[in-house]
Amino acid sequence: MDFISILSIFVLACFVGYYVVWSVTPALHTPLMSVTNAISSVIVVGALIASAAAGSMTSKWLGLVAVALASVNIFGGFAVTQRMLAMYKKKERPAPQGDKTHG
Amino acid sequence: MAEAAVQQPAWVLLAYLIAGVCFILALRGLSSPESSRRGNWTGMIGMTIAVVTTLVIHQIASLPEIIGAMVIGGGIGLVTARKIQMTAMPQLVAAFHSLVGLAAVLVGAAAYLNPEAFGIGIRITPIATPSFVSIFPQSRIEMGLGVAIGAITFSGSVIAFLKLNGNMSGKPILLPLRHVINLGTLVAILALVAYFTQDEAPAIFFTIMGLSFAIGFLLIIPIGGADMPVVISMLNSYSGWAAAAMGFTLHNSAMIITGALVGSSGAILSYIMCRAMNRSFISVIAGGFGAVSSSGDAAAIDRPYKRGSAEDAAFLMAQADQVIIVPGYGMAVSQAQHALREMADLLKSKGVRVKYAIHPVAGRMPGHMNVLLAEANVPYDEVFELEDINSEFAQTDVAFVIGANDVTNPAAKSDKSSPIYGMPVLDVEKARTVLFVKRSMGGVGYAGVDNELFYRDNTMMLLSDAKKMVEEIVKNLG
Repeated sequence: MDFISILSIFVLACFVGYYVVWSVTPALHTPLMSVTNAISSVIVVGALIASAAAGSMTSKWLGLVAVALASVNIFGGFAVTQRMLAMYKKKERPAPQGDKTHG
Repeated sequence: MAEAAVQQPAWVLLAYLIAGVCFILALRGLSSPESSRRGNWTGMIGMTIAVVTTLVIHQIASLPEIIGAMVIGGGIGLVTARKIQMTAMPQLVAAFHSLVGLAAVLVGAAAYLNPEAFGIGIRITPIATPSFVSIFPQSRIEMGLGVAIGAITFSGSVIAFLKLNGNMSGKPILLPLRHVINLGTLVAILALVAYFTQDEAPAIFFTIMGLSFAIGFLLIIPIGGADMPVVISMLNSYSGWAAAAMGFTLHNSAMIITGALVGSSGAILSYIMCRAMNRSFISVIAGGFGAVSSSGDAAAIDRPYKRGSAEDAAFLMAQADQVIIVPGYGMAVSQAQHALREMADLLKSKGVRVKYAIHPVAGRMPGHMNVLLAEANVPYDEVFELEDINSEFAQTDVAFVIGANDVTNPAAKSDKSSPIYGMPVLDVEKARTVLFVKRSMGGVGYAGVDNELFYRDNTMMLLSDAKKMVEEIVKNLG
């Protein structure tokens, strides 16, 4: 890809980001931060390239350390977001339990 | 002679694009709690696509090592995610930011040391000297910026983590001439990145890295605890820009899309936080807020106020039609959210309407209070944002302020000399009675200003630890 197409993707993605983030409800701003944490670890792609490549041992080890760091973030970020999102519940809905005694 | 740039097959480009779209959908899901869980899964799918694609197209001779690194990192991440207390979310997010930053620096360094693997260099074979790989000047700029932003994110987040975790005082640390030092360092970094295009010597590259680590540290130490919501959002933004810069270096659309998303997300959150404090972004970054303790406070200390007991509070609230609870960071510190929900349940069983009012900067990070209340099983449709609930205080019998201070200070509306003048606040004083839970009368809020609210006729101070007080009230209600 040439520089201009990359730049185009970047600029358009900034606009997409702007509109998408403004539509996030303020109640979910903490999960927003933890999930952005997880997805920004897509930098793991670069770390994998470095780890997979031959040529420089130092580069390879730097890559492996980066893979480990990014993995902490990917797994930790998605898991903690999932944990938080599971806690958001609507007002009580005790109906299912009450019905059991009848049916 | 090696090929100038690695030409990726079309399916690979498409796969990265799909991963990027998945990340957009992950954020889009957060527009409501119902769609958010599906959104998070979409994000995980996107990440899987990106990782698998990368592994497939590269000769994976070192697969065992890579899997080992992923298992170690992933294991640490999963255990932390499961064990972490919700009150500690700000620290965790700061720690995660630092990891993104450090990973970006390491990837940058790896790319610098082995540019051929990344397809960003060309092998030059002079006649006399051994051959070497020269990095394209444009890639050097992208790489230099990526490493610089990554390093700033890393060291800045480490300081933010230490402050949030209490290993370091939340008080601003003000070095003499700090603005000169900081600006000078930033200019030096930019100049070196520019010079890097002319000379790709290791000394230049590693100086950029070193200076960036230093400036991240220097930028965050003067910023006080009250401004942490802005700092953490700003570092969120930086971690995104670091990923985007690396995406430019590696010509990877997934990284660029994600970087742009995360970068704008953090920037918008910083803006929302600044607006909620009526501060400019520049003044937050300049730091020092909360360092000047209010010297005019002495006069305020002897002012009369009404003190109440848990029994009084229970009686007043049980008689009320509507109670609005205003939580703040103090609630998080004393872990009072579960007791608070118990109190709300008892009140509801007595026919009292209970609502929660959240100020955008209540807590140490955006949305922190909402998560804590959700953790305590408070339904999210009882929790309201400032602009949605502020008009209701006038028709409310009791406003129950717990652990919040500055965000309820009426001086923000009337006193032009107050440092928080102009900040949007919750109109709690319009309620018939204000119950204000506070440890003691001595302490001031993070802005270092006295709260006019304490001395009003309709305010009753409940002086105790937040959790203990709520538990007492629960006993009296039962």
